[in-house]
Amino acid sequence: MDIFIQQLINGLIVGSIYALIALGYTMVYGIMQLINFAHGEIVMIGAMVTITCINLLLGLGVQLPGPLLLLAGLLMAIPVSMLLGFTIERVAYRPLRRAPRLAPLITAIGVSIVLQQLAMLIWGRNYRPFPAILPTVVHDFYGAAITDLQIAIFILAFLLMGGLFFLIERTKLGRAMRATSQNPDVAGLMGVNINTVISMTFVIGSALGAVAGVMVAANYDQAHAYMGFMIGLKAFTAAVLGGIGNLAGAVVGGILLGLIESLGSGYLGDLTGGFLGSHYKDIFAFVVLIAVLIFRPSGLMGERVAERA
Amino acid sequence: MSTPLLQIQGIHKRFGGLHALNDVGLSINAGEIYGLIGPNGAGKTTLFNVLTGLYQPDEGRFTFDGHDLFRKKPYVVVRSGIARTFQNIRLFANMTALENVMVGQHVRTHSGVIGAIFRHPKARAEEAAIRTHALELLEYVGIAKRRDELARNLSYGDQRRLEIARALATRPRLLALDEPAAGMNPSETEGLKKLMQKIRDDGVTILLIEHDVKLMMGLCDRIAVLDYGKKIAEGRPEQVKNDPRVIEAYLGVAPE
Repeated sequence: MDIFIQQLINGLIVGSIYALIALGYTMVYGIMQLINFAHGEIVMIGAMVTITCINLLLGLGVQLPGPLLLLAGLLMAIPVSMLLGFTIERVAYRPLRRAPRLAPLITAIGVSIVLQQLAMLIWGRNYRPFPAILPTVVHDFYGAAITDLQIAIFILAFLLMGGLFFLIERTKLGRAMRATSQNPDVAGLMGVNINTVISMTFVIGSALGAVAGVMVAANYDQAHAYMGFMIGLKAFTAAVLGGIGNLAGAVVGGILLGLIESLGSGYLGDLTGGFLGSHYKDIFAFVVLIAVLIFRPSGLMGERVAERA
Repeated sequence: MSTPLLQIQGIHKRFGGLHALNDVGLSINAGEIYGLIGPNGAGKTTLFNVLTGLYQPDEGRFTFDGHDLFRKKPYVVVRSGIARTFQNIRLFANMTALENVMVGQHVRTHSGVIGAIFRHPKARAEEAAIRTHALELLEYVGIAKRRDELARNLSYGDQRRLEIARALATRPRLLALDEPAAGMNPSETEGLKKLMQKIRDDGVTILLIEHDVKLMMGLCDRIAVLDYGKKIAEGRPEQVKNDPRVIEAYLGVAPE
């Protein structure tokens, strides 16, 4: 029983991180029908910049409590990722705005590879440990363990999602984003600056991605130049599961994927009689992706494709 | 006579071998309801698209309210005061009626992205003003009760009205309506006619494409007739109605 609760908790934490990243995919898709495969790399760079920044501060002998150091790292990583997202759109995607859809897709993969290699040049090819600045406080929750860090990740993730929903539903920028996603030409006729809206979509998604990257690194105590690939693919799966283009779907898909993966890997050993262990947890994301694509391509909350036309 | 509000001369638009607009010229005076009729494929909607910047004409001159709008981008045209509705309704289907009209005001509001995110007091005040004005416009076209419904759930007639409200939100001096009465029943059409007269009386000039000849005759101050991309007649409704070239275009020539 405590395994179940433990995996439930782990699933919710990981799922909320997936959800944050999935939002970045789904926002961009909603506005320009592009799968931004470089989004995972933005997550990775957010994690890397934070680690570097914290190490730098520690090296300078700055005496700050752990959470404040982490905050300083985040405040460095978020603008870097935002700028990166902005630049990627300007340099790689905007010139292809009117091109066939395959061209920006391949470009996205190219950007992703370039960023991975760039990160390797800067940070090397070894795993970077996350600095041990946070005290590990473990709480007992009905027989399962949950740390302060996990609680903080969960709360922050949902605060950010709430903020995003407020932005999209209640502000002028959000209205412009929704109008653009539904009919860019008419939105342009109404005075909406489409270029600004698209840039802002990338910038906001990248900021969420950077925070998610730091969460991943802190949660697993490490970061790596290739980490963006797997985490990006999983978040993409979450977005597809929820219905790509649908914000609420990305959140639901993220949480659900986190739970499936966590519970699945917890019982995988028992289910297969010890043939497969919990280190095979990554297969769940792909099983889910394949199943969704076969049985419900529009996702759990996605609209039918015909409605878009 | 004062200078016309909108003036085009010698407009040509070709699509490959098709000469969609051939030397079309017309002028619309402030305060008029100006009708544009013609058989299907005559070039009416093409002319609309040229007048709203969606198509770039190949040749000609196009001035509006003192601005040169020849080959200008759509948002420049909107900003100079020409708004339009579409023959096939193009609302933001998954946004509420109110939000549709609020988007229409983008062209006239200025608080930027940063203000929107950080809820700057000025941005807040502007947001409130946008909302109030959008409500007034929904009231004006008579669908205020439907303000919180998604556009796609509105009845057809209400969608037409919403499109007009959204166009009015850009604060135009000229409102171009592309077949607003298409698919409406007689009582809806009558309501639409009253709405157009009210809009005109409130100082917005109207350019109207419509197939409902009876509606056009009773509503328009002047009418131009297009056929195969050429203007074949222009004048007061009764003049146009009796013009032999118009009758020929619509009905063909009677055998001698």
